Amino acid sequence: MNFDLVVVGGGPAGMAAALEAYNNGIKSIAIVERDVEPGGILQQCIHNGFGLHVFKEELTGPEYAQRFINMTKDTEIKYFLDTIVLDIAQDKTLTVMNSKQGIFELKAKAIVLAMGCRERTRSGIGIAGDRPSGVFTAGAAQRYINIEGQMVGKKVIILGSGDIGMIMARRIVLEGGEVIAVVARSSFPKGLTRNVVQCLDHYNIPMWYSHNIVGIYGKERVEKVVVAECDKKTKAVIPGTEKEYACDTVLLSVGLIPENELSRQVGIKIDRKTSGPVVTESMETSMEGVFACGNVVHVHDLVDFVTEESRKAGKNAALYIKGEITKNSQPNTFKVAGGLSYAVPHMFRPENLGDKFDILMRVDRVFGKCYLVVTEGGKELGRYKKPFLTPGEMIKLTVPSSIFKGMAGKEIGITVEPEEEK
Amino acid sequence: MECCYEKKLVCVSCPMGCRLTVTVCGDNINVSGNTCKRGEVYGKNEVTDPRRMICSTARIKGGVHPVVPVKTDKPIPEKLKFKCMDVINSLDLKSPVVAGDVVAANILDTDVNIVVTRNM
Repeated sequence: MNFDLVVVGGGPAGMAAALEAYNNGIKSIAIVERDVEPGGILQQCIHNGFGLHVFKEELTGPEYAQRFINMTKDTEIKYFLDTIVLDIAQDKTLTVMNSKQGIFELKAKAIVLAMGCRERTRSGIGIAGDRPSGVFTAGAAQRYINIEGQMVGKKVIILGSGDIGMIMARRIVLEGGEVIAVVARSSFPKGLTRNVVQCLDHYNIPMWYSHNIVGIYGKERVEKVVVAECDKKTKAVIPGTEKEYACDTVLLSVGLIPENELSRQVGIKIDRKTSGPVVTESMETSMEGVFACGNVVHVHDLVDFVTEESRKAGKNAALYIKGEITKNSQPNTFKVAGGLSYAVPHMFRPENLGDKFDILMRVDRVFGKCYLVVTEGGKELGRYKKPFLTPGEMIKLTVPSSIFKGMAGKEIGITVEPEEEK
Repeated sequence: MECCYEKKLVCVSCPMGCRLTVTVCGDNINVSGNTCKRGEVYGKNEVTDPRRMICSTARIKGGVHPVVPVKTDKPIPEKLKFKCMDVINSLDLKSPVVAGDVVAANILDTDVNIVVTRNM
């Protein structure tokens, strides 16, 4: 089967990219989705707080997904559900598979990668002890409870102060379970501050900062965990501080990893910091005509930002198919320092930017009042005041594109400058 | 009860998470630290009539999954949140439902309805 555009993944990123390409004149579009329905992870994120930027109102995950599903229904966009992509060839032929049609090929003129991310598991963080049942990633528990209607346990301890862990703590308490605590290795929350308040504080769930689960024990089911204090700076466990807690369930919310097996298989260049493809201002990867957006590029906190980024990818995929993407100059690349861990996009051509340029980044530590300073060859191009920056909250820095006018092949520095130094 | 006190809050109206200071002096309530009108409303409500949105799932027959997500259509008084869960857990829905359908009206005499949040 031939399509102008094939989108891999039918979550918020994939749907937004497909719709934007459609609205830019590309009518022959397929979305390949491995679940039985579109919507992706939003379908299990039943809490509210989505859509404030995109829809100007507060929606639940399923409501946000439903709006996009409804919009795609009014188009000729074709879904391949319950279908996985096995391989992408250099000529943009996708080998896909499902249980009804077997293995078959989709030929595309352009591809958008929107596979999202997956959770780090117990083996990714190496907790000692036994291997009983009752240890779940927070997202897996969320699927059991919110989609399958199955409770995961009665007495729960949660490791990791990411958003999903905190949201699941509240969910378990609402469903009649007990949450002993959310255990956080860091001395500050990894997720949004509002979630610490509305998921933990409002439900009297304690957060144990600078602590770690160092052992999980039980014969068949989890029976107890061992929690120890960690050094605030090095995060190393402090010997002698171990305490045992009886419980039947452990949830792990210990990080998300962009799901890029397919991208790697195709040879797309991956950024080691984000674990996602290196992208241009058009969200194009190192493979021409292959675009990427959403959590497969870098893990977002807000679906609204995923949607915005994916619309950009969809629009540019449409331009590429129509032969309207220009690459006449050497791209400029970002080099981050001073507490920033990355910036997306990784490179850009000023002539392809609109009036304003959104740069998404994350810090690796907490900053109070500070400036984000953009430089080129020692010359300051812009300085932007920020009241508070934390690794848990992605920074969207919007700069006027004019500050980069005429630049090509330059290295653009971005750094954080605490206000006190001024 | 104190008639004059100060409370530090984090606004949960949006992901910005503005750090609010609510000063209460009798009937006089002052909110600072907010960056929009919603923050002021949130700060005042938190010290007078705290309310919470409840999002959960309800049993459904004949749908693609055994449960369907639901929510309160407006915030419910904080002290009623677990009673609200009891109402949601007593529901037994039948497919099809459409996002926005009211499946329990005026629960606990609060003028709050339970609505489903997706088609199923």
